[in-house]
Amino acid sequence: MSSSSGLSVRNSTRSLRADSPRIGEKLIITALFMGSTISVFATIAIVISLFAPLPGFFSQISIVEFFTATEWSPGFQNAKYGVLPIVVGTLMIVAFALAVAVPLGLGSAIYMSEYAPVKVRKTLKPILEVLEGLPTVATGLFAFFWLRPFLEILFPWLPWKGVFSTGVAGIAVGLIIVPLIASVADDAMRSVPRALREGAYALGASKLRVTLTIVFPAAISGIIAAIVLGASRAVGETMIVLLVAGAGSPFLSFNPFEGIKAMTAFIAGKATGEIAVGTIEFDTIFAVGALLFLMTLLTNAIAIRFVERYREVYD
Amino acid sequence: MAIGNNVAVTAAGAMVNSRFKKTAGSGQAASIAFMTALILALTIALGAIIAIIAWAVVEGHTRLDWDLIFNGPSTARRATAGYSVAIAGTIQIIAGVILVIVPLGVGTSVYLELFADKSKWWNRIIELNIQNLAGVPSIVFGILGLAIFVRFFDLGFVVAAGSLTIAILVLPTVILASREAIKAVPSSILEGSLALGVTPWQAVWKQVLPAAGPGLLTGVILAVARAIGEAAPLLLVGAVTFVTTYPEFFEGGYSALPVLIYNYAGRAQMEFQVLAAAGVILMLAVLFVINSFAVWLRARYERSW
Repeated sequence: MSSSSGLSVRNSTRSLRADSPRIGEKLIITALFMGSTISVFATIAIVISLFAPLPGFFSQISIVEFFTATEWSPGFQNAKYGVLPIVVGTLMIVAFALAVAVPLGLGSAIYMSEYAPVKVRKTLKPILEVLEGLPTVATGLFAFFWLRPFLEILFPWLPWKGVFSTGVAGIAVGLIIVPLIASVADDAMRSVPRALREGAYALGASKLRVTLTIVFPAAISGIIAAIVLGASRAVGETMIVLLVAGAGSPFLSFNPFEGIKAMTAFIAGKATGEIAVGTIEFDTIFAVGALLFLMTLLTNAIAIRFVERYREVYD
Repeated sequence: MAIGNNVAVTAAGAMVNSRFKKTAGSGQAASIAFMTALILALTIALGAIIAIIAWAVVEGHTRLDWDLIFNGPSTARRATAGYSVAIAGTIQIIAGVILVIVPLGVGTSVYLELFADKSKWWNRIIELNIQNLAGVPSIVFGILGLAIFVRFFDLGFVVAAGSLTIAILVLPTVILASREAIKAVPSSILEGSLALGVTPWQAVWKQVLPAAGPGLLTGVILAVARAIGEAAPLLLVGAVTFVTTYPEFFEGGYSALPVLIYNYAGRAQMEFQVLAAAGVILMLAVLFVINSFAVWLRARYERSW
C-alpha cells in the first residue's frame, strides 16, 4: 500500500521532468556549439599565422624603418623594407575605387530606394549584384585588355606609361564595389520612416528636395557605413590589382598612369615566386598581411559602428 | 492705410508668386537633371556587367571547342590547350568545400538561431567573430591556408589545402544565409511541435530544418558560386604551378579554373590570351547555370507562412 502510493507520487513528479536525461539531445547541442566555435578558431589561426612570424621579422628590420622608409624592395640587392610605397599603392587604388563607386553606388541606391517602383527595384538589385559576383579575374582581364586601351583612346593626352595603370585598376575595383555600396545605402535610406518624407511633402517640398535634404541626411550613418565597407573591400581586392596595376617600382609613386604594387598584389606575387621558407623575404608576406588585416579590421569596425547607429535610431 | 495694405498684399503676392514659380520651374529642371544622373549611374554599373561579358565573348569565342574542356595545359600545342586539369582541380576543391560548409554552416546557424543563449558572452563572441571573419580579405585566408594547412598540418601544396582554405573563406557567407533561412521559418512551427511533446532536437530536425531546406540549399549554392571564382587565396596555397596531370585530393600539384585563366592571361602569346578569355566564358557559363538554379529554387519553394 505505502509502496504503491510512493510509486505513484514518484511517477507524478517524474512526469513533470524529462523522461530521460536526454543525453543524445545534449550531445547534439554540444556538437553544434563545438561546430560554431570553429569560426572562432579560424580567426585565432589567422591571427597566429599572421603575427607569429613578426617578432623574427622585426628583430631584423626595425619597426621605424618598416613604417617610415620609402623604399620597398625585398628580394633585391640591398633590399629595403619600407612598407610605405605599397601602402600608398593600396590607398591610391582605394581612392580611385571610391571616386567611381561612391557616385555610381549612391546614385543607384537613391534611384532604387526613392524613385524606382517596387517591381523595378526588385529586378534591378539582383542584376546589379551580378557585378559583385563576377569572378574578379574576369573583371581584371576586361580592365586590362579593354578598359585601359579604351581610356587611352578616349584621353590620349594623358601621360599613359607602360601597359599597367593604377588608376584603371582603381576604377575596375570601384566597379565591383558599386553593388555593395548601393545595397547598404539603399537599406539605410529605406529604413528612414515614411513619416519624415510625408511631413516634408506636406510642406510642399519636391521629391528632389525630400531626397536630398530629408532622406539623405537621415540615412547618413548608413551611407557612411556603405562607403567604409566599400573601402574595406577595395583594400583587400587582389586579382584585379594584380592584373591591372601589375608590379610597380620599389619607390613611392603617386602616378595613376603607371603600374604600382599594392599590398595584396605584393603578397600574391611573393607567394607565387620561388623564395625559401624562413627567410626574411618570405616573412614579408606575413608582415604585409598583418598590416592588411589590421587595416580591414579597423575599417570594418568603423562600418559596423555606423550601421548600429542608424539601426538604433529608427528601429 | 488701404493703399498701403494693397501695396503690401500685392508685393507679398508677387513675391510669393515669383518665389513659387521660380522654385517650381528650376525645381523641375533640377529634378529631371537629378533623375537623369541617377539613371546614368545605374546604367554605367549595369553597362559594366555587359562590357565584361562582351569582352570575354568577343575575345574568346573562337576557342569555344571541346579541346577547351578536355585538353590539358600545354605550351607546345597552344592552339588546342585547354582547362581539363584545372576543371578537375576546381571540381575537387568544390567537393571538399561542400563537405565542410554544409555541416559547419548549417550547424552553426542552427545553434546560433535556436539554441544559443544570447546573454552569454561566448555566444556573443561567436556572432561578432563571424561578422568580422566575413570582412577579412580573401588573400589573408590564403596566408592562413599557407601557414596552417600547408605548413602546420603539413598537407603540402595539394587540393585538400586549397579546399579547406576556400571552405573557411566562404563559411561566414553560408552561416549568414542559413541564419536568414532559419529565421524565415515561423517560431510557431517549432513551438507547435514542442507543445506536442517532442524534444527540441526532434522539432528542429523534423520540422524547422525541412521547412528551411530550400533556403539553406540556396545559401550553399551561392557560396559554391563564390568559391568557383576565388583565385587570390589559391595563389598562396599552391594552385599556381603549370601542372599537366590530374590532381589527387591529398597528393600532387593542382590548378583551378580562375588561377589557370590568370596564368594563361599572363603569357605573351596571343593564343593564350584568347584561351584566357574562353576560360572566362566557361566560368561565367558555369556560374550562370548555378545562379539560375539558386534563383529557380528560391522561386519554386518560397513559402509565405
